[in-house]
Amino acid sequence: MDLSSINPLVLIASLMVASTPILLAAIGELVVEKSGVLNLGVEGMMIVGAICGFAVAVESGSPALGFIGAALGGAALSMLFGILTQYFLSNQVATGLALTLFGLGLSALIGQGYIGIKPPATGDVNFGPLADLPVLGTILFRHDLMVYISLGLIAGVWAFLKYSRAGLILRAVGESHDAAHALGYNVRTVRLMAIGFGGACAGLGGAYLSLIRVPQWTEGMTAGAGWIALAIVVFASWRPWRVLVGAYLFGGVTVLQLNLQAAGLDVPVQYLSMSPYIITILVLVIISSNRGRASLAAPAALGRVFHASS
Amino acid sequence: MIRLEKRPQPSQFWTAFTPVLAVMLTMVAGGILFAILGKDPFVAIKTIFWDPILGDFAFYYRSQLLVKGAPLILIAIGLSLGFRAGIWNIGAEGQYIIGAICGAAVGLAFYPMEARWLIFPLMILAGALGGFLWAMIPAILKTRFNTNEILVSLLLVYVAEQILASMALGPLRNPEGSGFPGSRNLRQYEAASNQELIANSGVHWGVIAAFIAVILAYVLLNRHMLGFQIRLTGQSPRAARFAGVRPNLLVVFCLGASGALAGLAGMFEVAGPAGQISIDFNVGYGFTAIIVAFLGRLHPVGILLAGLLMALTYIGGEAAQATLGLPAAAIQAFQGMLLFFLLAVDVLSNYRVRIGTTEAA
Amino acid sequence: MGDSLLTVEGLRKAYPGVVANDDVSFSVKPGEVHALLGENGAGKSTLVKMIYGLVRPDAGRMTFEGVPYEPSSPHEARGTGVAMVFQHFSLFEALNVAENVALGMENPPKQRQLSRQIREVSETYGLPLDPDRLVGDLSAGERQRVEIIRCLLQDPKLLIMDEPTSVLTPQEVEILFETLNKLRAEGTALLYISHKLEEIRALCDSATILRLGKVVGTCDPRASSARQMAEMMVGQELHTPSREMKEPGEIVLDLAALSVKSANPFGTSLKNVTLQVRAGEVLGIGGVAGNGQDELLAALSGETPAPSDAVKLNGQEIGHLGPNARRALGLLAAPEERLGHAAAPDMSLTENALLTGAIREDMVSNGFLNWGKARSFAESIIREFDVRTPGPGNAARALSGGNLQKFVIGREILQRPVALVVNQPTWGVDASAAAQIRQALLDLAAAGCAVICISQDLDELMEISDRFAALNEGRLSAPKPAKGLTVDEIGLMMGGAHDLEVAHV
Repeated sequence: MDLSSINPLVLIASLMVASTPILLAAIGELVVEKSGVLNLGVEGMMIVGAICGFAVAVESGSPALGFIGAALGGAALSMLFGILTQYFLSNQVATGLALTLFGLGLSALIGQGYIGIKPPATGDVNFGPLADLPVLGTILFRHDLMVYISLGLIAGVWAFLKYSRAGLILRAVGESHDAAHALGYNVRTVRLMAIGFGGACAGLGGAYLSLIRVPQWTEGMTAGAGWIALAIVVFASWRPWRVLVGAYLFGGVTVLQLNLQAAGLDVPVQYLSMSPYIITILVLVIISSNRGRASLAAPAALGRVFHASS
Repeated sequence: MIRLEKRPQPSQFWTAFTPVLAVMLTMVAGGILFAILGKDPFVAIKTIFWDPILGDFAFYYRSQLLVKGAPLILIAIGLSLGFRAGIWNIGAEGQYIIGAICGAAVGLAFYPMEARWLIFPLMILAGALGGFLWAMIPAILKTRFNTNEILVSLLLVYVAEQILASMALGPLRNPEGSGFPGSRNLRQYEAASNQELIANSGVHWGVIAAFIAVILAYVLLNRHMLGFQIRLTGQSPRAARFAGVRPNLLVVFCLGASGALAGLAGMFEVAGPAGQISIDFNVGYGFTAIIVAFLGRLHPVGILLAGLLMALTYIGGEAAQATLGLPAAAIQAFQGMLLFFLLAVDVLSNYRVRIGTTEAA
Repeated sequence: MGDSLLTVEGLRKAYPGVVANDDVSFSVKPGEVHALLGENGAGKSTLVKMIYGLVRPDAGRMTFEGVPYEPSSPHEARGTGVAMVFQHFSLFEALNVAENVALGMENPPKQRQLSRQIREVSETYGLPLDPDRLVGDLSAGERQRVEIIRCLLQDPKLLIMDEPTSVLTPQEVEILFETLNKLRAEGTALLYISHKLEEIRALCDSATILRLGKVVGTCDPRASSARQMAEMMVGQELHTPSREMKEPGEIVLDLAALSVKSANPFGTSLKNVTLQVRAGEVLGIGGVAGNGQDELLAALSGETPAPSDAVKLNGQEIGHLGPNARRALGLLAAPEERLGHAAAPDMSLTENALLTGAIREDMVSNGFLNWGKARSFAESIIREFDVRTPGPGNAARALSGGNLQKFVIGREILQRPVALVVNQPTWGVDASAAAQIRQALLDLAAAGCAVICISQDLDELMEISDRFAALNEGRLSAPKPAKGLTVDEIGLMMGGAHDLEVAHV
């Protein structure tokens, strides 16, 4: 084994890339959960976003259009969930699972003609001389635009929830839909908007996989990334900046195990491949075991069906 | 404007009829989907739902119905217990894989001994135990650390898949397989094979087990205190505590039972229809069983019917793939759609739809 | 009617199976305190929800300051000058006071300025509040202050208050009334909903009385007696529970310095609760909501485990036992929340009979259920407690509050308890069912059972208790004989005015 082949700077830079899909999906799901809705369909929305983005990018030749298509695709799928849970009052857990199962099938169907094709390349942002800075240049200034957009989204969601009135209303709806309804807020509309935002973010995350990280289309390529995003929201105790920490932690493990595989560590590849999932589970255990007041961060109305009876 | 009004009591008629309505709606929507794909929707629906039972090659397909239906029913029965109690095991796919690995490993360990009376029962035990233990991971994490069982059980599927791959490539690889991945074929090892019990009927031990599971689940839910506690916990956790239910015990029971049944299904599959441990051994029964459980309204008899219906879509789907060139993914999307429609029309059993004046805000 | 602020004419609202309001008319003048009086289920809440824009009337019209008024949402109502303090608070526990206030305002100022305003207003009206505290950490009385301040910050012309005193100690009630009188003096009109007659006589200028959704009369509360108003409200002669006095027997239930941490992050932990109840005695436990009532019931029912020697039944240590083991020994309980705690809403009455009756009524053998026995037990509850329902196959949620409560209490009483603990046995129940339930509890005690009745209704407690104690922040006051207790003494046992002070007029 040759560990010297692992360059820590490149490792950090590539962990940012590896984390971005999950980061995008997780920040979207955080907003959804803050509004009191548990959407377990992240995996399904991601994979549909992956193929929508891929197809649009290939057909149009523009990765940017691809990402827009992915966001729309994810949001459209999330609306299925939104209508079912908000208007048909279906169970959120079951509906989220249905969304994932349906999304996997639908994406495979759309993606039939796209297997083995290379998508148009997405360029890195040109920061000019900044990119040549020692250390920081490699880590911070040589990425594609989506990496910076995802960071911007984290900051945006944080500021939105903390400082804006709309963010306050969103949190209030997630805290007690009955009280919010009594004060005259439209619980359903707020939640539908949150679900749509979550779907768009998941779609972007999926497209990042198929257009930049991999980049090609294979069936089931999200491989649990959506579920890990859900776990990261729990890990983050519903706080935006901690989502960043969680996603980068996960990205770090992924990149490290890939590097170890490449370096020829004397362990069967499968054991390295399962490590990100096992570490996610371990982190979940640690987070959920010592919860006192911290559990207050969880929106109180999470997953409960709202039906205005009067 | 249309609005919903909560019924004072769940409607019995709609409870029974919603799955039928959902199937019909799915056929319509599926037909549209097939038409978009450029296939004649009527021919496609006929190929999927009619031909396997009553068409020219029905004699072959009918047996397949039981072969594909058995694991779905077995797994779904287990899942339904937890789903009723609000305990969400969605990692049955992983428990199914581990059950298969354990069952196969026990069988292969005895190779080439010819003591079926010993080996086959041991394999059944090992399969159930494997699935049970794999399900105990989320169960214990939930009871000890309050960790979300949905995420843990699901993430463990990916771990199980990696274990499956390493087993197929490593310890369980057929030493006489000239280096190809995959274990010995258990069907060719009499003492460990899950044979067809009646020729050309499709009935193997897994089918028998599925029927027994349906009956036991029915008795449990309707006649036994534990079943009552499961239903009570799902409907109203606080009332359940008041009634003396110990939630942790229920978590262990529900996850354990569903894990053991999924493990059994995996074991019967690997010793029978699949024949060997291979990298692509699992085909998603653990996930499809979630649809089966809901489509059967979490009721044992409903699950029996839903399992057969879902098996039909698999078989009919394969037939449509062969004859019409319908992509395999279309069937997967079709199954997902079925669950969507079911969840949507489900509202009718608890709410009445009114057309009239709207409520403010 | 030229000078009236709000007029309501012929308002009607029907829900499936019930007409909540039918042809309701009344009017409120500026600076008037107008009472809406009626039993539970008389339609008071629906009526004010229509005025606040939460529910749209099917027929009828309203005017506000002479202009037609048809609020389509609470936003519009607030914009017009109508504010409301809810009975079940419209507050968010995990948000702080300032955020909660902002959510109830149309155009809230910036957080910092809002916090300053909250401090100013709260001091002016003698309702001290820290804008940065989480609402979940506040007492019931403090939470009400949040609601009131939220309304006051918008200078309402009409303030609706739905049962505001149900969460206050008598001393706090007095202070609230001073605040309301000050508002009246400033010209604010009040629509005051209550079923407590003495309060209405003390505070209100006029009253409209509702029964079964209809206006059955209006009166000047200062000129009418409580008895007259009560009879208009109930429509029949009231039955006062009766009992034979007996010497209490041996100590049955004995709590020694019971301390239990609340399972709920915003709950109240029990601290050193000590009490003894004798056979044939009713111990009434009063206190403002959220001072440990739920926790005390859970500690007695066995839902939360306690140190084994902290709870004794007939001398046997049972603190460590779970609900079913305690039931087997004869300690039974009926929690406050009927739907979802005492009963499972979607299950049939037969299944709900099994829920607590399985052990004492011998419905299980080797884990297998005897549905026949469960059904006949449910039938006997329905028969003996006059539960109005088509049959035991009906779902619990299909029953009215009063009927379900009779079922829940009857289910425990028919199991011949050695000791029975009830929490809010007549909460949200119509007067005749309430009288029936109280009589049943008294009869049970007369038959030698030890009864603990936890309630926030002081009149109820004074009516049925032999001794009285109060919960305040998880501590129980020393029980005193109920006979001869004055309102002031009771108020002090409940924690007095807490940190409230009289308005600085």
